[in-house]
Amino acid sequence: MSATAAVARPTAPWRGGALWVLPPLLLLGVLFFYPLGLIAGQSLVGTDGAPSAANYAAVLTGPLFGNALWHTIEIAVGATAGCLVLGFVMASLLTFVPIVGGRLIARLIDTFIALPTFLVALAFTFIYGSAGLLNMALMGATGQTTPPIDFLYSVSGVILAEVTVYTPFIMRPLLAAFSMIETAQIEVASSLGAGAWRIIWQVIFPAALPALLAGGSLCLLLTVNEFGVVFFIGAKGVITLPLLIYGKAIEESDYTSACVIAVVNVALSLSLYALYRVLVSRLGGDRAGVV
Amino acid sequence: MLVWSSQGRAWARGILLLCFGLIYGMPLATIALASVAGEWDAVLPSKLTLIHYGHALSGEAAEQLRASVMTGAIASLVALIAGAWAALALRTMQVVPRHVLDMLFFVPNAVPSVSVGLGLLVAFSRPPVLLNGTTLIVVIAHLVLISAFTYGNVSAGLSRLPPDVEQVAESLGATPAYRLRRVTLPLLTPYLLAAFSLSFAMSMGELGATVMVYPPGWVTMPVGIFALTDRGAAFDGAALTMVLAAATLLVLLGLSRVPSSASSR
Repeated sequence: MSATAAVARPTAPWRGGALWVLPPLLLLGVLFFYPLGLIAGQSLVGTDGAPSAANYAAVLTGPLFGNALWHTIEIAVGATAGCLVLGFVMASLLTFVPIVGGRLIARLIDTFIALPTFLVALAFTFIYGSAGLLNMALMGATGQTTPPIDFLYSVSGVILAEVTVYTPFIMRPLLAAFSMIETAQIEVASSLGAGAWRIIWQVIFPAALPALLAGGSLCLLLTVNEFGVVFFIGAKGVITLPLLIYGKAIEESDYTSACVIAVVNVALSLSLYALYRVLVSRLGGDRAGVV
Repeated sequence: MLVWSSQGRAWARGILLLCFGLIYGMPLATIALASVAGEWDAVLPSKLTLIHYGHALSGEAAEQLRASVMTGAIASLVALIAGAWAALALRTMQVVPRHVLDMLFFVPNAVPSVSVGLGLLVAFSRPPVLLNGTTLIVVIAHLVLISAFTYGNVSAGLSRLPPDVEQVAESLGATPAYRLRRVTLPLLTPYLLAAFSLSFAMSMGELGATVMVYPPGWVTMPVGIFALTDRGAAFDGAALTMVLAAATLLVLLGLSRVPSSASSR
């Protein structure tokens, strides 16, 4: 194995060697790390221009921030749990109960990942919204004047939309992991008398665990940072950290507060990203298949 | 085969189709239906019309389509060049600096898009470089957000190249530049195309950073769709969403069909 690793790299490097990495690194530095540094800097600038941590004290103890942080975590954890369950069920059914058009379904789910996330939120407002088709139908049938279904404009509505958006991110690594399971393994277990539930628990689930952990932590990262879905549903009471940053910066032009919240949001998502990288490298998952 | 009884199998298939239809079929069908709805006050629209597509393909919306496609194409192209360059440069490095740099190139993936937009706004609203209110800042925001993705795709592609071919080229006396141009890049083409089309798709749907930095003269489709639904023109928004999805899928499909010498090996 080490022999192939040694020949995988061309032996005669370019003249200049490591210096070749400088142009893209410079681009990344100017366009990404410099702005990120300025966010941190701006968050520490006091009203008199001197460095101070007073902004943090003011923003982090405010009711808006606590609320947004709690909603962000609640939505991310809820949506990730939903994605894991739904992704596991759908990927297992797709793999182990052969179905006509199963391949097409897997392809469609792959395509779904490429579409913008707000598409689902927009569709949900047409279906479950206060003037959506379900409420219209129910109001027409019962003669009520207020929409009977209003879960969309709550935390659970946002969670449901995000589960729809992010389940493919769990299914993709799961389908890859399942394709490695020998069908003979399941047939042997079955012929030895194991029922479907026992096979799921003792054969399929252990094989799926690395993909579930890697996919789940990626899902957690993506849902913490999700903007489009929450923005499009537009529930007044459901503000997450990215939405609060947008509101402070664009609607209130309060850049300093926005920067303080951004520092917290970036720290949160970088730690989730670190968790994801550690899980993927520990479990030997294929990075290209999961990212 | 997990379920042996034909009754159980029918159940399992039913559940799968129901899940799939409810979760993915229904939202897409609803948007498609809303985009042609003239009046919709019952379960199904009572009148059908193509007028929303007329709106989505003319005037403001056509400008937005142009802005989105141009932003996506330019940002994806620059990201592709920078990402491929970085991945190729990192390949010949020692293990430790390579891992550190690899991490750095991946970090933009992990930062929320709104914060990327905020950073650009803070950084380029002050000297030495003023970009706030320009078209360029939108392109830069998209470039930053898709760069890590492109880099990851290209370096994954590089690690899958057959190692011997480059070795053979080198032992036959090919210079590094010749080897890159005639061996490595052609072999890498399918991965470059995949990276480009996926990052183009990402850029077309980008909202979080764009909404922070866009100037009035450069409104991308997602921002336009939000504005439409926000002011109550939901059916026009649905039609514009269909145009966005169609444009995205066209590019994905089109580029996946481009023949390349490497993929026909």
